[in-house]
Amino acid sequence: MISRTDRSLASEWWWTVDRWLVGAVLLLMVTGLVVSLAASPPVAARLHLSTFHFVHRQALYLVPAAIALIATSTLDMRQTRRAALGLYVVSLLLIVLALKFGVEVKGSRRWIFGVQPSEFLKPAFVVLVAWAFSEGGKGRDRPGAWIAFALLPVTIVPLLMQPDFGQTMLLSIVWAALFFMAGLHWLWVAGIGGVGGVGVMAAYKLSPHVHERISQFLGGGAATANGGAASFQVDTALASFVSGGLFGRGPGEGIVKRSLPDSHTDFAFAVVGEEFGVVACMAIAAVFAFVVVRGLFLASRDDDPFARFAAAGLLTLFGLQSVINMAVDVHLMPAKGMTLPFISYGGSSLISLAIEMGFLIAVTRRRPRASLSSVGEAPFAAAPAE
Amino acid sequence: MTDILARFAAFARRSGLARMRPERSTGRVMAVSVAFLGVFALIDARLLQLGLRKEPPPTFKSSIEDTLAKPRPDILDREGRVLATDVMSWSIFAEPKRLVDKDEAVDQLATALPGVDSAALRRKFDGKKGFVWVARKVTEKERAEVFHLGLPGIGFVREPKRVYPNGPIGAHVIGAVNTDNVGIAGLEEYIDRQGLATLRDSGIKIRQADLKPLVTSLDLRATQALRDELEWGMRTFSPKAAGGAIVDVNTGEVLAMASLPDFDPNVPADALKKDNIDRIAVGTYEMGSTFKAMTLAMGLESGKFTLRSMVDARHSLRYGRFTIHDFEAQHRMLSYPEVFTFSSNIGAAHIALAAGVDAHQAFLRKMGQLTRLRTELPESASPIVPKHWSDLNTITIAFGQGINVTPLQALMAVCSIVNGGRIMPPTFLKVADPATRTGTRVISEATSEDMRYLMRMNAVKGSARKANIPGYFVGGKTGTADKIVHGHYDHSKVFTTFMAAVPVDKPKYLFFVMYDQPQALKKDGGFHTSAYNSGRVAGRLIRRVLPLLGEPPLDAAPADPFPRIAASGYPLDPLALALTK
Repeated sequence: MISRTDRSLASEWWWTVDRWLVGAVLLLMVTGLVVSLAASPPVAARLHLSTFHFVHRQALYLVPAAIALIATSTLDMRQTRRAALGLYVVSLLLIVLALKFGVEVKGSRRWIFGVQPSEFLKPAFVVLVAWAFSEGGKGRDRPGAWIAFALLPVTIVPLLMQPDFGQTMLLSIVWAALFFMAGLHWLWVAGIGGVGGVGVMAAYKLSPHVHERISQFLGGGAATANGGAASFQVDTALASFVSGGLFGRGPGEGIVKRSLPDSHTDFAFAVVGEEFGVVACMAIAAVFAFVVVRGLFLASRDDDPFARFAAAGLLTLFGLQSVINMAVDVHLMPAKGMTLPFISYGGSSLISLAIEMGFLIAVTRRRPRASLSSVGEAPFAAAPAE
Repeated sequence: MTDILARFAAFARRSGLARMRPERSTGRVMAVSVAFLGVFALIDARLLQLGLRKEPPPTFKSSIEDTLAKPRPDILDREGRVLATDVMSWSIFAEPKRLVDKDEAVDQLATALPGVDSAALRRKFDGKKGFVWVARKVTEKERAEVFHLGLPGIGFVREPKRVYPNGPIGAHVIGAVNTDNVGIAGLEEYIDRQGLATLRDSGIKIRQADLKPLVTSLDLRATQALRDELEWGMRTFSPKAAGGAIVDVNTGEVLAMASLPDFDPNVPADALKKDNIDRIAVGTYEMGSTFKAMTLAMGLESGKFTLRSMVDARHSLRYGRFTIHDFEAQHRMLSYPEVFTFSSNIGAAHIALAAGVDAHQAFLRKMGQLTRLRTELPESASPIVPKHWSDLNTITIAFGQGINVTPLQALMAVCSIVNGGRIMPPTFLKVADPATRTGTRVISEATSEDMRYLMRMNAVKGSARKANIPGYFVGGKTGTADKIVHGHYDHSKVFTTFMAAVPVDKPKYLFFVMYDQPQALKKDGGFHTSAYNSGRVAGRLIRRVLPLLGEPPLDAAPADPFPRIAASGYPLDPLALALTK
């Protein structure tokens, strides 16, 4: 046991982090590895790889992921902001480079040097926006609000050029949620809500792809022979939940998973449903819910606006991504390519999530109240009232 | 403009529109947290709902299978033998977007499925469709081979396949279905027209077990024998085509029907080939002397002639620039039976002329020869009837020239002549209660008996001797019509028919055989008339099929086979009364 009087970095970390959050995140990481044991062999077999190819890779990625998680979680506020700024600039640069030199996969240019920079952009963007909002809250002379406004287009325009509508949508919603949580006037909230609504309508009207997905969802799920293969995965996913029942068919006993092309990524949740039952799915959902609610609770109590906004934003990002993935798998919303954090396979995604959770743990660390360790970060009460 | 902006800015300042209000944020963060909890609860509820569900939801695959599941009722012969049934097969589809390597996939699929054209498959894979068929209705073995290729993007669905275990036997009656299990010919098309198509389109799920089998009038064994004997004739006389039928004269049920060349309904495309048409139901021909039976029946029915009447056949019959000759000219007065046995054109023409054009036309109309005959089969044809009917038309039609009818139509008329005078359209479905098949009276019982005697005489003394099979009381009529080549009748090209009624005292079955352009054999002295080909085949058929239908050869001639004629004191020919041994 680490002594409270031990002032080393490790001791400091152990006594200040929210150990519930750390535990939940580690639990998710291990769960992801177990799930990949079930979900990835059929895909590996289809691609003529060794049975546990993706399991080995996932386990391998867990090492840098754990390091990234621990490392980022030791940062203090200022270091967090700087790290986020650095990460943001580098990933944005890589995204632009990928647009020019990247390899085209399935119609979009998202990969460069074997990584998907947009994955790393997400947590960095959220931290920067939180920073900007917290600055904006300090007074009229601070340009924070305007920087927050500007960050959105700067970030999503390159993403739209890839194109990657999923990430664009995710970041826009997180940005709007931060706007809301930062306490802006309801008129703004209504306005942004209206713009979002118009955007969704425009996408439905103008993009045949979006139109098809939504029509398919509204069509009741059962596809017709000419209805297209897009709903094939969703239908198959539903079939695997039903096939699994409450307690599942047992590890390795899944049948429907064999016909799920994205069983190891977007539809890993469905494989859990078939092999371990919907009770296990509900348990996983409960862990996600725990992380989100516990984190938001911590955030709401935090006096430091930056810490509060950053935590709330990161949790919104994390929560949205998991909720969207699960809702698609159980056919509560139209098909949208979104991975389930830590559970779905993916190297870039795993490390970026580790960084994301590292930031979260860093900003939710217990600090002495009214800490003056970093100048200019006074609590609200001390904010100059004009 | 600047004014508006300035006022807006002032408003914004007053109302705090532009200000962050961090003190509000605690509540809002909690609100977001509650929203998340709500969504998680919703997902949990949905998960529970799915987990507790018993039936699997309609999936992409199962919905294709539902679309494809077009079960059809079995088709059975009159004894319950299977003529057509559904078996489960596999259809293979591809989702081209999921194929990892299209070239490799095409190569492997083409190797595993020899029927697949690799170039066409490659084009399908390169197309824009997200779903394409690779092969429809393949066997379990072929499915297993493709399955073991382990290609991503290739899927399998179950689909019923129509199977005809007897191949071409009865093909023209049974018909065929297309790839989507929709009837395109014969009784298969009839089934769809009878409401199966409507039922299917209504979206009601039909299970094969729920469909009542269609019991046809066909007897599989008789049909097989008929086809086999017709083929023997095809080999022996090298005609262009052949046809035949066996009909129950009392109910109009068609027990056997065949038309060569035919097709195997398991290869449905062949059903629509022009050369494979059903010559019995759709072909129209000048039926030749078969029409003489109708002419003589008309003569007897009119009361102007009896079996004792003498008909003038001393001279050829001149009409305008036409002269009617007899094939076996006797140059004398012929008795009424002799007109039939010598198949005298002149005699038949005189009988028809005595009745007159109007009566002749009315009689043929009554016999169903002037209108299109419709049966359960979707295929039918209109007879070719002269527009203006003069004496000359009556003269030629009296011996079967100048009018084209379908053989099935002529058969129907001959049935009524021998069955006691009741006409009814032939049917291809088993008649449950023969009492319901009374038909319409066209000639009297007495006329029918006279005609049966004429046919019996023809079988013992006339041209139908080759079909007078020992042990059976056969009556028959040959028909040989010269074919029209370039507008003229060509003696070297003939269309021959043969009809035989068995047993002729109380007929049960009518046998019909026809050959289109049969060639003469050397041993027959170069004759290609009906007796040598159609008649011979009909004889073989009678010998082979009657035992199958439960009619063993008789030991003795029937007592008093023609009671009315005997009662009238007419001198019946003893040969006609005796059983040929």
